[in-house]
Amino acid sequence: MTPLELRNHASSIRRTSTTGPARSHAVATMREQFVETATDLVESDPRVAVVLADISSASFGPVMRRHPDRVLNVGIREQLMVSAAGGLALAGMRPIVHSYASFAVSRAYEQLKLDLTYQDVGAVVVSIGASYDDTGSGTTHFAPEDVALFDTLPGWHVHVPAHLDEVDPLLRGAVVGGGRHYIRLTDYVVPRLRIVPTTRPRAVVVAVGPTVANVIEATHGLDVAVLPITTVRPFPLQALRRAVFELTGEADVILVEPYLAGTSAHEVATALVDVRHRLLALGVGRRDLRRYGTAAEHDAAHGIDVVGLRRSIKNFVDAGYKMPDGE
Amino acid sequence: MTTTSSQPAIELAPQLPYSALRQLLSEITGDSKHLPSATSTLDVLWVLYDRVLRIDPQHADDPDRDRFLLSKGHGPASYYAVLAAKGFVPRAWLRAMGTFDSPLGYHPDRVLIHGVEISSGSLGHGLPIGAGTAVGLRAQGSPARVIVLVGDAELDEGSNHEAIAYAARAGLENLTVVVIDNTSSTHGWPGGIARRFDVEGWAATDVDGRDHEQIAAAFSTRHDGRPLAVVAHVEPKGSM
Repeated sequence: MTPLELRNHASSIRRTSTTGPARSHAVATMREQFVETATDLVESDPRVAVVLADISSASFGPVMRRHPDRVLNVGIREQLMVSAAGGLALAGMRPIVHSYASFAVSRAYEQLKLDLTYQDVGAVVVSIGASYDDTGSGTTHFAPEDVALFDTLPGWHVHVPAHLDEVDPLLRGAVVGGGRHYIRLTDYVVPRLRIVPTTRPRAVVVAVGPTVANVIEATHGLDVAVLPITTVRPFPLQALRRAVFELTGEADVILVEPYLAGTSAHEVATALVDVRHRLLALGVGRRDLRRYGTAAEHDAAHGIDVVGLRRSIKNFVDAGYKMPDGE
Repeated sequence: MTTTSSQPAIELAPQLPYSALRQLLSEITGDSKHLPSATSTLDVLWVLYDRVLRIDPQHADDPDRDRFLLSKGHGPASYYAVLAAKGFVPRAWLRAMGTFDSPLGYHPDRVLIHGVEISSGSLGHGLPIGAGTAVGLRAQGSPARVIVLVGDAELDEGSNHEAIAYAARAGLENLTVVVIDNTSSTHGWPGGIARRFDVEGWAATDVDGRDHEQIAAAFSTRHDGRPLAVVAHVEPKGSM
């Protein structure tokens, strides 16, 4: 990690631990929960290995000293991190690899494709950084494309948790269950809001992972049903069909994803292949903003803050949706 | 998840001698005048499967088998010929290589061929994978060794150098790389390939890639606590 990354990392921890919900135990971020659960899995299962490329290696220090053969830090070598995971799996181990999404996924995409997927072996890839957690670090540390990249590869399960307490069961399930899994963590812990059911919803809003908090706030008082989902691959096709047919009777769907807008649009098309439907796909835009600031400012710029979501959803449901300028 | 080959059990073929390779190569390429010397990897592959690797078709799934990773998946005719001679693949498969229903492609696929350890083709993947496998076998206390074959031009791929540095620092004694050097790298390796491994902390040795005794001896070079690199020199590409 560069000094800048270290500083941003430290500030992001402060950010979430001061603004997140008060917790009785020490774990304040998804990354800390990941380290705790992965450490426990290494201790309890001799097949489990963790491969790091410097990122988070200090947090894994204690378990690395106890199990140097199964907790590896290969240095700033993300290609090797993923390839070595493939080799470990070929030797009968269960590898977990971890870095920023931009390094573990975009940079090592060819290794994910050939050294895990084409070798037909399993691994669990756990990323941090998400689309723009480290806003101050700029585009090199942003990965809004990660889920779209996994979408090109067969057999990957993709999980996008919204809340801290989802991380432990997701990671355990992925490691114990076998296969190829991608778990996309974020430093931003969103509040857990209650979904107020509407009596006659006119559309279903699919809220992926941490977008659920903004979606619930944005749709307050609107006649829409909110369907929060955590696992986006395989996509919950039947759950979407049930929501559409049982709740609304109208095939109007709004998809809100915390990564590239429209990444799951084709999944919605598949789920509703036999009915005429409308779809509004919201998420991170493709244009590089070249901005730093805060994640909330980036949400607003991409129209997935509370105000932007409410405006888009209301327009769409009122059937008067107008394409914003420049799209 | 380690999916083993879906290939059904096959009747074991009799093992064939080195002298049969010429005929087997001809069956693959359809070229009756095929000379073994035209394939840079043939002699190293033969010595590995005949004298070095502890592996046979009956133990192709044994967790403690030695692993051979053909990283340089290009021109696999000599690999398939050796696998056929040693009974890993039926000889009848050779003539159909590259056809739609054949398990034998122009790059080998581990899912389709029992006994093939990695699916290769894109350069620079075998050595990083092999480093991971060596770590995994060591963690399980396995006596198995991992031998990865690469080409001198393949070393152009930077991913190899991530693995070369790491394998030495991690003391992967159970990892061996054999570099077939037919001087085909576009920009070359001034000072030699062995020196690059040596400076990173590998044990490294140069051999004549056509001399079976030298090749076999090189794989038993002492390399306590270090990975081993064997650089096998053959005729420059295109010179035959």
